[in-house]
Amino acid sequence: MSSIGTGYDLSASQFSPDGRVFQVEYAFKAVENSGTAIALRGSDGVVFAVEKLVTSKLHEDSTGKRLFSVEDHIGMAVGGLTADASAILDVAREEARSYRQSYNMPISLKYLNERVSMYIHAHTLYSAIRPFGCAVIIGSYDPKDGPQMYMIDPAGVSFGYFGCAIGKAKQTAKTEIEKLNLKTMTCKELIKEAAKIIYMVHDELKDKQFELELSWVGSHTNGKHEEVSKEVFDDALKYAKASLDDDSGSDGE
Amino acid sequence: MYVKREDWIPGNFKNVPDTGRSTQNDIVQHGWTPITTTTSVLGVVFESGVALAADTLTSYGSMACFQNNPRILTVNQNIIVAAAGEYSDYQFIRDIVEEKVRTEKSLNDGISMKPKALHTWLSRVLYNRRTKMKPLWSTFLVAGIQNDVPFLGEIDKLGTAFVDDQIANGYGAYLALPLMRKAIDEKREKFNSKLTKDEAVDLLKKCMEVLYYRDARSHDKYQIGIVTKDSVEIQNLVLKPNWEVAKLVQGYE
Amino acid sequence: MDTIIDRGAPKARNFEPYASNGGSIVAISGKDFAIVASDTRLSEGYMIYTRKQSKLFQLSDKSVLGCTGCWCDTLSLTNIIQSQLKSYLYDHNTVMQPNSIAQLLSTLLYSRRFFPYYVYNVLAGLDNNGEGCLYSYDPVGHCEKVNYTAGGSSGVLMQPFLDSWLGNRTTDNPVTEEEALSLVKDAFTAAGERDIYTGDEVVYNIIKKDGIQTGVVQLRKD
Repeated sequence: MSSIGTGYDLSASQFSPDGRVFQVEYAFKAVENSGTAIALRGSDGVVFAVEKLVTSKLHEDSTGKRLFSVEDHIGMAVGGLTADASAILDVAREEARSYRQSYNMPISLKYLNERVSMYIHAHTLYSAIRPFGCAVIIGSYDPKDGPQMYMIDPAGVSFGYFGCAIGKAKQTAKTEIEKLNLKTMTCKELIKEAAKIIYMVHDELKDKQFELELSWVGSHTNGKHEEVSKEVFDDALKYAKASLDDDSGSDGE
Repeated sequence: MYVKREDWIPGNFKNVPDTGRSTQNDIVQHGWTPITTTTSVLGVVFESGVALAADTLTSYGSMACFQNNPRILTVNQNIIVAAAGEYSDYQFIRDIVEEKVRTEKSLNDGISMKPKALHTWLSRVLYNRRTKMKPLWSTFLVAGIQNDVPFLGEIDKLGTAFVDDQIANGYGAYLALPLMRKAIDEKREKFNSKLTKDEAVDLLKKCMEVLYYRDARSHDKYQIGIVTKDSVEIQNLVLKPNWEVAKLVQGYE
Repeated sequence: MDTIIDRGAPKARNFEPYASNGGSIVAISGKDFAIVASDTRLSEGYMIYTRKQSKLFQLSDKSVLGCTGCWCDTLSLTNIIQSQLKSYLYDHNTVMQPNSIAQLLSTLLYSRRFFPYYVYNVLAGLDNNGEGCLYSYDPVGHCEKVNYTAGGSSGVLMQPFLDSWLGNRTTDNPVTEEEALSLVKDAFTAAGERDIYTGDEVVYNIIKKDGIQTGVVQLRKD
């Protein structure tokens, strides 16, 4: 960061003289420290991939997940402080639940995005509370509107995306995502690319161990967000590792 | 227990639980009548599962009001529930149960509700409402498989809950239950075994026909729900009554 | 004179929060045992809900509660007792003694003095000295330590029977386990003949130092 707060960084309710809210910027930092998470929106759905960093060998496998279902039809990938993220997940679930109770139909991703963004934004306005140290990507598929995806940052700002990345290696990941022809690709193709990107951007020197998480929602899952099957996961893993080997091979020559 | 000084009166040396119903600001509703009602439900356990039967008629007093209101609910791949009585109260419970199941699914931990749990939960909900003197005017049959053993239980509007191999309510208790007990007892005495699935379904069909002849609030369109270890199935059926016998009954001229 | 024609339209029914679901309990305590028994018929009016619903609730290794009357209240009350016993166990690392359970039950019942649990309770167990003990209740929590009791739909039929056999026993002529069990069976057989709300089966628990022994006796099923 170019400058330190010099007294203007103690509260989210105060601007610095040059118009910045330092507490929110620090929250962005929290996200940038976390393992990378990406989501790709193809022609028939959205795929999520997460580089879940394993900070201790004593951790049990497949715990501390960072891919969640908000409801049957909505997936969420998170980056940053996972405890903050699970609070947002709770809010998103409650939002979806209450929408269904009022209108007897599933909440649209657009509306969920608005509500969750507003909630996160509200936490950047007051001195008594701390902004969320996390960013979330939400994605869904329905036959009428097709695949949709949004990313919400700690400031509560959100955009719709074709492909997005959060966390440590978001820049490298974004560069890789931009090389893909997302609009014409299917989930089955994208899941492999997603796995590949996660493996590619993983920094073996800094973070030794990590666990790959993959999930998707699309026409092939009947609009349900679910973890990919073991076969798909293994295929994607194989593809990711194979293309990494190729790359390092050619580099060596 | 500590008593606040201002609450102290001579002789009141300890707190007595406050159980009286408040009379201030509380409009006490003294009576309640079901409006849109449904008639009997039947349930029978067979060797590998449980079957429920209920017609699809909702009556408005003596008027056959809605003729296609199903009331057998598939809760998950392990439980079905049928209701009799006030239809709106069934809908109220249905919405809550569906929400519970959705919440459970989004946790994605592979754990799903079991029939005994739902049976107990319903008994608590109905008992609490009867204790508030605001009953849910419905009877529920919960059918499912728990630990590979078929489960069938009933809860009435008071919260009276029990488990048995054959259950019927309303007119079904008078007209169908004896037929069901007879079929089950005979099978046990002759073959020392339980009914097969086909025998159970045939038995329910026979019972629904018998009920249709004498229960003026019954209907010829009905459903049979069958839950076995690996499936839940709901059949839509139409009775083919035989009124030939009617002329044998005296007094219809 | 005005004539009101009843067209059979639905009448506003007043909600009745209680049901009488039948069932009876008999219990006898002795020098080193207590026996408590219930029938297994659950009914309402002329309808039998089920023929296999025991009304005995084991609360610990040394105490069993017999609870009958309005079945939905029975379920609630026994649930509350059982969860309170758990709390007590976790708080004190001790299983609650029957005399304490007896007090707890009385308090619970009286807490609903003005909207009572419509249930008849009999608590049987072994006290601190290993002797059989028995507590009999009314629905609002009156508690009495007795040597034998009968409650529920056939309570009034069976109590005089027990009185005639056990009413003037002295300490040098205590009731034996065999005698008690046989009295229980006879009491229920007789009650089953006259009371339609008592029948199907009798389940009994004999509580002794080395465990609770359970048995079943068949009753008439009509």
